[in-house]
Amino acid sequence: MTANSGNDAFVVFDHVQKSYDGETLVVKDLNLQIGKGEFLTMLGPSGSGKTTCLMMLAGFETATHGEILLNGRPINNIPPHQRGIGMVFQSYALFPHMTVEENLAFPLEVRGMSAATREEKVKRALEMVQMGEFGSRRPAQMSGGQQQRIALARALVFEPDLVLMDEPLGALDKQLREHMQYEIKHLHERLGITVVYVTHDQSEALTMSDRVAVFNDGVIKQLATPQDLYERPDNSFVAQFIGENNKLPAKVESREGDIVTVALPSGKACQALAVNCGGTGSDTLLSIRPERVRIGAAEDVNSTEGKVLELIYLGDHIRCRLNVHGNEEFVVKVPNSSDAGQLSVGETTRVTWAPEDARALDML
Amino acid sequence: MLKSTLLLTTGLTGLAMAAKADITVMSWGGSYAVSQVEAYHKPFTAETGIGVNSVDADNPATPIKAQVEAGNVTIDVADVEYSDAIRLCDEGLLEELDTSMLPPAPDGTPAEEDFIEGALTDCAVANIVWSTIYAYNTENVEGTPTTMADFFDLETFPGKRGLRKTAKANLEMALIADGVPAEEVYDLLETDEGVDQAFAKLETIKDDVVWWEAGAQPPQLLADGEVVMSTAYNGRIFNAAVAEDQPLEVVWDGQILDFDLFVIPKGAPNLEEAKQFIAFSTDTERLAAQASWISYGPARLSSGPLVGLYSDGETEMAPHMPTAEANLSNALVNDFEFWADRDTDLNERFNAWLAN
Amino acid sequence: MANLADARGNGPAPTLTTADGKPLREALAKAERHARNRAFFLVLPLLLFILITFVAPIAQMLHRSVHNPAFSDNMPNLVAWFEENPEGISPDEGGWDALAQDLILARENKTAGLVGTRVNYELSGTRSLFTKGARNARKLEPPYREAILDLDEDWADPALWQVMRGASSAYTFNFYYAAVDKTLDQDGNIVDVDENRKVYVKLFTRTLILSLLITFLTFILAYPIAHLLATLPLRYSNLLMIFVLLPFWTSLLVRTTAWIVLLQSQGVVNDSLVATGIIDDESRIQMIYNQTGTIIAMTHILLPFMVLPLYSVMRPINPSYVRAARSLGATSWTAFRRIYFPQTIPGIGAGALLVFILAVGYYITPALVGGSDGQLISNLIAFHMTNSLNWSMAAALATILLTGILLLYWLYDRLVGIDNLKLG
Repeated sequence: MTANSGNDAFVVFDHVQKSYDGETLVVKDLNLQIGKGEFLTMLGPSGSGKTTCLMMLAGFETATHGEILLNGRPINNIPPHQRGIGMVFQSYALFPHMTVEENLAFPLEVRGMSAATREEKVKRALEMVQMGEFGSRRPAQMSGGQQQRIALARALVFEPDLVLMDEPLGALDKQLREHMQYEIKHLHERLGITVVYVTHDQSEALTMSDRVAVFNDGVIKQLATPQDLYERPDNSFVAQFIGENNKLPAKVESREGDIVTVALPSGKACQALAVNCGGTGSDTLLSIRPERVRIGAAEDVNSTEGKVLELIYLGDHIRCRLNVHGNEEFVVKVPNSSDAGQLSVGETTRVTWAPEDARALDML
Repeated sequence: MLKSTLLLTTGLTGLAMAAKADITVMSWGGSYAVSQVEAYHKPFTAETGIGVNSVDADNPATPIKAQVEAGNVTIDVADVEYSDAIRLCDEGLLEELDTSMLPPAPDGTPAEEDFIEGALTDCAVANIVWSTIYAYNTENVEGTPTTMADFFDLETFPGKRGLRKTAKANLEMALIADGVPAEEVYDLLETDEGVDQAFAKLETIKDDVVWWEAGAQPPQLLADGEVVMSTAYNGRIFNAAVAEDQPLEVVWDGQILDFDLFVIPKGAPNLEEAKQFIAFSTDTERLAAQASWISYGPARLSSGPLVGLYSDGETEMAPHMPTAEANLSNALVNDFEFWADRDTDLNERFNAWLAN
Repeated sequence: MANLADARGNGPAPTLTTADGKPLREALAKAERHARNRAFFLVLPLLLFILITFVAPIAQMLHRSVHNPAFSDNMPNLVAWFEENPEGISPDEGGWDALAQDLILARENKTAGLVGTRVNYELSGTRSLFTKGARNARKLEPPYREAILDLDEDWADPALWQVMRGASSAYTFNFYYAAVDKTLDQDGNIVDVDENRKVYVKLFTRTLILSLLITFLTFILAYPIAHLLATLPLRYSNLLMIFVLLPFWTSLLVRTTAWIVLLQSQGVVNDSLVATGIIDDESRIQMIYNQTGTIIAMTHILLPFMVLPLYSVMRPINPSYVRAARSLGATSWTAFRRIYFPQTIPGIGAGALLVFILAVGYYITPALVGGSDGQLISNLIAFHMTNSLNWSMAAALATILLTGILLLYWLYDRLVGIDNLKLG
């Protein structure tokens, strides 16, 4: 997405801090701009501050410091019900004493819309989530997935410009979750609304988002498109948090342009892409994606011996755990091509990766 | 006679042989119960080895019917008012007592002649003569109330009044305060007009009344200043004034005399011991001793001369007795038959009046 | 089971059997019967306990309210005479004869008090007629009419004969008439009792109104408390809960007495008000020994019964409901009114029902602090139980009270639905 220039930012976090107890900051100096129509995911482990950010945006928490702008307007002092933000909760928060229709009509009712308009909009919203026949049901009479759709419809029925979703798929089983991910993504594309989505599930974040903000310990570690996040992590935390990752501790020996030569604990040297490492002599952590390592390929600069410790057959690929440079958790994904079946446990083989696929990052 | 002796002896041998059971005596609590414990229970246990449990009730007559009908009698002896003794006896809820079991006076006068007239009935043996009087707190009352009319005079003696929450005594006092001579009170109360008159008189102070139920309450209400005057059992006021040094004064005008009697509920668990207790407690010496703990008159004539000083060793008891000559000038003797007959009816009317 | 169903569906299919050849259906029924029996034996002790301690006494109470054999059992000759002479309240010689025989009988059996008391319930002042009559029964000689009237002329009172006729049947509704301030006149018509004897209807009404008021007050007080308890972190709410429950661990008498100490006119509250100059010494407020005292003390004592059900429905209400409502555009008041409050209704219903039913039957507290106008119907039931010893009357009053409560319960079920009740 191109909407991160700042001028047309729809939501702005400007030096936002939040502390509950006055001693520790759960959100530390957050700066974030979200473009109109963007699908932005806040991803991070629990306690990383992502949900707090969402709650501040929704108005249920107030920022201790800094300002949040919505459509150019500071909203720190605007109560939640005047913000016009739709929200989907992890627990769905469908009102148990109301029918589906009443749930959906609620935001319209408090906005003083006429009964006819309400009926019309509710009907449309239900059709949008393919739940047209469920209008007179109570939440307790529906499955988790159905409730999720209703919660979504309710957050959208009053046509907000911004919709917040707080781990909305967390309670669903895997298959349904994946299905809903696509549905939400399609709805977003169709309606052109801005979505801020909170999750701790990285695959969910990668599937749905235009951009992902990876949170850790109250700060955004990296804000990037899913592709960038996976391919080009800025730091070891992101590299580790997103996808699978082999890490090799090393020491920088020399640097030539973007390429550094590092010494591994095994004594061997290796070349890597300098992303986030210090100068000569500083410690670094090499990050190598399992699918970027080739086994048995022609000798190259980063070729080394690896002893096969474990093989797991996963259908489309074989997961091979080796001891590489003393790291016994080194994983390589070997595509299940016709030439793959040769490996056996205990054998020593040659592993190779390109220098630009080994990213020299900060120490964790 | 033979039969009762037999009973007594078998009872006694039974006692000697079996482990001696404790008996339960239900009384009115407070300083009155204390006086009985001191004068009756302790010496009884000392002499017979039978322990006595003292239990209190606002009115010991009330649990008897429930216990007898339920067949679960826990009380061996109860101390009740005259009309209740008659009523309960009539309804077959009490054991009949043979007066021959009572010891004669020291001079040999048989018990039937030694007890004051009316003090012995089919089911009950009186132990004291007590009275309902009214008392006031000298610190909270300006002037000196002397008559029953003063109790109802809110203008001269402003302040709250304490009254027992029942019709009995209140109606009589209301009529006496209204100028009805003591001897005409019950005749008048037999008529609807008399009852109306009594309630009309009570109505004049109704808004200023604090109602009490337990005999220990009036001295407390008076001492706390919750009320400035209250009807009370005379002995309670005496004990509060003498033993606890409270500034309380009794007005004897219009006092209503009554007996308290020992009765045995039908089916009492320790019948023989209970009879033994009653015979022991109502002998001449015991009744006189009781009067040295609280200012209630002994029910035996032979006890009268033995009454001396209060247990503090200095207060002369005689002038504090309801039966003292000076206190009897405008006294009324409670008509047990009237109350046995009309208690329910008048209390219903009383309740209706209270609720309105 | 599926096979069985198939077999049944396909009509005359071969009968399914167990491994040892018995018909499966019978074996199944037997197994189920066995399980049912075992379950029944498990609940049997409880069933017996309830029957003995609950159903039987209530049944006995209901019976007693319409059944009083004190007269009919002990005056057999009069009962027979009344049966032979179904009309009239001026007895012929046979009537006097029967009366005389019965008085002699009463003397022998010492039942004159019982009989007199029974008649006295309905016609005051007649008790001594019977006791005196029985005492002098031996002296009675024919003609009995004159002999008895010689003892007391009141024996000729037609009202007395009317009451005796009524009492000659052990079963009577008179106690119910009396319990609603009605009585039978000499012609057997139901009429109002004398104005200054009307008390029960008034007290039933007062009990109802005060109980409703107390229920409402406990609701007003308990709702914020329960909400606070439900929203505080557990370790604070547990501490607060102890304060709510503290009164439970204190004797009812102690709590009531504590209110007396606080509220009496020389009590803590009045003293403080006088000391701070808010009121002067002469105009101390009467807060106890009247209705106010009953209301204050009972509201306090019953408060936990409202707090606990409310707390139990509030605790599991996810805060995201209110947040959702707010995010959907509702003001905090609307969110409370439309979203939070409706979800607490089962707790309100349970609490209100509990408090109301307890309040309706409350007895000790109004007796101690109620003075004259703070008495409730249960105080009169207690009066008849212990003072007047008129248990039939007490039973009639209690039955009316019970019926009233059941009626309200039924009404509640119709309006709110009893399955909507959540006691915690």
